[in-house]
Amino acid sequence: MEIYQLLPKTNCKECGESTCMAFAVKIISREHGIKECTPLMEDSKYAAEKNKLLEMLKPMEDAGETGLIIHDDKCFGCGNCVVACPVNVANDPEGAAIGDGPSNDKVILKVVDGVVVAQNVGECRRFGKNRILCNACIDPCPSGAIEFV
Amino acid sequence: MDANNVARVTCPACACLCRDVDLEFDDRGDIVHTYNACRKGAAFFMGSYRENRALPKIEGKPVSIDDAVKSTVEILSNAKNPVIFGLDTSSLETQVLGVGLARKLNAAIDDTSSLCQGLVLERIIPGSMKTCTLDDVRDYSDVMVYWGSDPANSHPRHMSKFSYFPRGKKRQKGWETDRMPICIDVRKSNTAGVCKKFYKIEPKGDEGLINDLLLSLDGKIGGKEIGGKGIDGKEFAKLTNILKKAEHCTIFSGLGLVYSLKNSIKLFDALIEKLNEYAPTHVIPMVGHYNMRGMTQTLYDASGYINKVRFSDGEVDHGSQYSITSTLQGKEADAALIIGADPVSSIPLKTSISLAGIPTITIDAHETPTTMISRVVIPAAITGIEAGGEALRMDGVKHELSAPRENKEVLSDAELLKRILEGV
Repeated sequence: MEIYQLLPKTNCKECGESTCMAFAVKIISREHGIKECTPLMEDSKYAAEKNKLLEMLKPMEDAGETGLIIHDDKCFGCGNCVVACPVNVANDPEGAAIGDGPSNDKVILKVVDGVVVAQNVGECRRFGKNRILCNACIDPCPSGAIEFV
Repeated sequence: MDANNVARVTCPACACLCRDVDLEFDDRGDIVHTYNACRKGAAFFMGSYRENRALPKIEGKPVSIDDAVKSTVEILSNAKNPVIFGLDTSSLETQVLGVGLARKLNAAIDDTSSLCQGLVLERIIPGSMKTCTLDDVRDYSDVMVYWGSDPANSHPRHMSKFSYFPRGKKRQKGWETDRMPICIDVRKSNTAGVCKKFYKIEPKGDEGLINDLLLSLDGKIGGKEIGGKGIDGKEFAKLTNILKKAEHCTIFSGLGLVYSLKNSIKLFDALIEKLNEYAPTHVIPMVGHYNMRGMTQTLYDASGYINKVRFSDGEVDHGSQYSITSTLQGKEADAALIIGADPVSSIPLKTSISLAGIPTITIDAHETPTTMISRVVIPAAITGIEAGGEALRMDGVKHELSAPRENKEVLSDAELLKRILEGV
């Protein structure tokens, strides 16, 4: 709703959606980008709203396909997320599941240079058709370095 | 990651001694990436050998290593009451040589355990307090208590590799259902943030909490408000029940607990004894320096005491008068040999001033505040990167350290001690 309030609300359909409300919902589900709203981007009378929206949606630009953001500056590299992730456990029962470093490349999270990095994000339980709201990497993080948008 | 340029090593950045760290080297042999190491481990491997290295010096002037060793031998041979301190970041082999040197010189020998985990280690090493290994914790512990410790910051991989998150032999279901981590601390630390139970106590409130736990275990106090400690009565009753019903409980004692119980450590003994009447309860000290457990064990094997020892013509004397702070404050020491430690950063200023007033020799890989006040500085190789050896993990399990990036320009502390031993 916050996004909708800042959109032009003219239902111009230039983005391909029938209403601005539908466009706002698709922004959240990452099917559209804010830059697809041509009137907002080009018309100077929406400049204030445009700046607010760009600032509000900035974290989404840094996020991966699943909306995963890892804040390098906060990460301790403890690897709690690597061991707690159910996909890592299933894909690497001899490594990540028992607390060791990953022994294969099928894992989603691993620690490189002291900071956790994500790969194979398509395997994440928050991704794909049967996605669920999994928090297994967020809850064990002692520094709040992982979030999803 | 190019498999040809990768080596698997043991990480000596803390006393967890993680054995699954991979290092990637470039063509010049520099470490360019670390895999599986936490932030502390990555900084140790990628930064420590490049920056701030110590150089051989006598009274601040650059000299050769031979001259620095010769001057060391001279100072130690002429001293009547020399003190040897440190060795917690050296290999077991070096520690044996260090204890041998103390015996030969009739010196007092002490390490950083006298400033931190000594009280717990002097119970665990002789076997009077029940302990277990970190592998046992991973395989069997259902309750783990981080008491006055914050492994998220001090030992970043402790929870992921050994205690809370990994699956083990009898803990197959995962951390959500199989483990009950409890944090007892004076503040909501990063560790407290991920534990399922957090008990915030007042500073110095550990003694009161232990007293209440002892009464509660005997059924003498129940679900009422536990006065003055900020813990709700019902939550306290839950804590008692969790500890009583544990299948395998491990308490990770941190510096917060040890400092708080300095004069009443016997209460902690009583608590562990009482808890063991209900459930197998173990204690593992959260040792900081990677081989402090090794030093205390080495000294115990040689003298029967874990620290604060004075050798005198084959006789062994022990007592708080031989701790680094007492020997320096009492002005008894007339020379000091510091090996791989930085006491100036951790001991009181008054003691540091005393240290600066006597001939001090420091063997260290890096420039530290202690090297700055030392009469003689001898650079050493970094154990775990430039020199190998063995070390004891915080639970007493021996691990081999490798030398993935050997440096012929500096001698290991073991080689340096051998040369000093030959001279004195």
